[in-house]
Amino acid sequence: MNENSVPVVSARKLGLTFETNDGPVHALSNVDLEVKRGDFVSFIGPSGCGKTTFLRVIADLERATAGEITVNGMTPEDARKSRSYGYVFQAPALYPWRTIEKNIALPLEIMGHSKAERQARIARTLDLVNLSGFGKKYPWQLSGGMQQRASIARALAFDADLLLMDEPFGALDEIVRDHLNEQLLKLWARTQKTICFVTHSIPEAVYLSTRIVVMSPRPGRVTDIIESTLPRERPLDIRETPEFLAIAHRVREGLRAGHSYEE
Amino acid sequence: MQKERLILDRTLPVLAIVLIILAAWYVGAFFMNAPFQRDLDRRANVTSTPMEFLQKTMAQPKPVLPAPHQVMQNLFENTVLRSLSSNRSLIYHSWVTLSSTLAGFAAGTLLGMLIAIGIVHVKVLDRSLMPWIIASQMVPILAVAPMVIVVLGAINITGLIPKAFISTYLSFFPVAVGMVKGLRSPELLQLDLMRTYNATAAQTFWKLRLPASIPFLFTSMKVAIAASLVGAIVGELPTGAVAGLGSKLLAGSYYSQTIDMWAALIAGSLLAAVLVTLVDILGRIVGRSMGGRPA
Repeated sequence: MNENSVPVVSARKLGLTFETNDGPVHALSNVDLEVKRGDFVSFIGPSGCGKTTFLRVIADLERATAGEITVNGMTPEDARKSRSYGYVFQAPALYPWRTIEKNIALPLEIMGHSKAERQARIARTLDLVNLSGFGKKYPWQLSGGMQQRASIARALAFDADLLLMDEPFGALDEIVRDHLNEQLLKLWARTQKTICFVTHSIPEAVYLSTRIVVMSPRPGRVTDIIESTLPRERPLDIRETPEFLAIAHRVREGLRAGHSYEE
Repeated sequence: MQKERLILDRTLPVLAIVLIILAAWYVGAFFMNAPFQRDLDRRANVTSTPMEFLQKTMAQPKPVLPAPHQVMQNLFENTVLRSLSSNRSLIYHSWVTLSSTLAGFAAGTLLGMLIAIGIVHVKVLDRSLMPWIIASQMVPILAVAPMVIVVLGAINITGLIPKAFISTYLSFFPVAVGMVKGLRSPELLQLDLMRTYNATAAQTFWKLRLPASIPFLFTSMKVAIAASLVGAIVGELPTGAVAGLGSKLLAGSYYSQTIDMWAALIAGSLLAAVLVTLVDILGRIVGRSMGGRPA
């Protein structure tokens, strides 16, 4: 149980300032956050609040300029080098010259898995995202939702415990999004992963998360952290319960409070 | 159905243009050759009917502008009827030009790819090499070609290699520029993805940059192979080369063998069309095998 006590992500007084021609931009300021093993944490806020930037700092795609952050007890750089996380981007970012199978094989090839091992993992992850039978297709032959599922399979293939998802369903229509949200929860329950999920949709955040981090812009900061009281087992119609609506209300209040109406 | 549409959409417009060109060519041939023919007739004291006169302008041995059928006849005689070993065989001359074109194209493509890989991966090369590469193409090749041939000839390098060198000089440039663009074409997300896997620069190159650059490579190779052919012909022009389409053009202009010149010109154009088409077909095959959406 000792391993479980180490937070997956731990940020203290984290800040990130971009130097631009128009002067410094404070993308993140004084962010304190702990993500525990098995959590499903959503980051929600208006654009420019630093939610994507925070995810990219965890992934070592950006460097913090102030404060401290550890990922699995290591620096983000060491965590990236030990391949501790799978990252799902806003767009599927599948390589068009590779079949779905080969796209999932990409991280496995880079990490040096044997061919037999690759086959087994491809079959398993395709099954996890309900894409069995589509392995031989090229990305353009699949719908947007299926492409995004393939990119999730690719992030799951190498068994990282942490899944970082940056508005993965932002470009999809609401019906597909509902369906994928439901599938994502099932996947989370089956794989026991820790998920950090960036979104700008309140229902999506409330439906998926065990914790919701509400952020606000200029400077990007955390204004509220809400522990969800919903059970882990969540059918889609839980979204009409008073409990759900109460959490959604609190998120909305948090967003409103943090929002500056200067413009 | 498919076939009918192909004829209507593709063949018909091309055919129409060919007919227009042929018509203009015949009209041009008449007016260009008429003064000389009139002169001939006057000296020989012949009066010909307009029809006879028209025919004579299309049948001169050294016309100012040969008529299309004269060129075609010459082309036919010097390809199909002539033995391959004959000095007059256009197939023989085409082969001489083709061999140095292909050698130069292969070397140029390889060189262009290596330069592009260097430019994309080494910042210093990006800054230092690119201006020189662009400057290299500002040099008029017609002025450089004789120097190259003479200088290499002085150290006893003659024949194919100097010509191929000029082809290389012309063909590396489009490949280098296109390949740099192609190697830099991956989106930020695709590159970030490689970073999250902690991929090495070599892995990023082989698994992302190189496959992404392939369509760009084939587009530039089409330009490069045509440039290679021009390079090989230009390499044959100034040096009194004994064989090759360039030498045919030069000999034709020395002896006013206009029909020979035009036939060599047409042979060169056909060669270029065939080469570009072959590269295009190769590009399509490779594109299809890389999961390209059928057009």
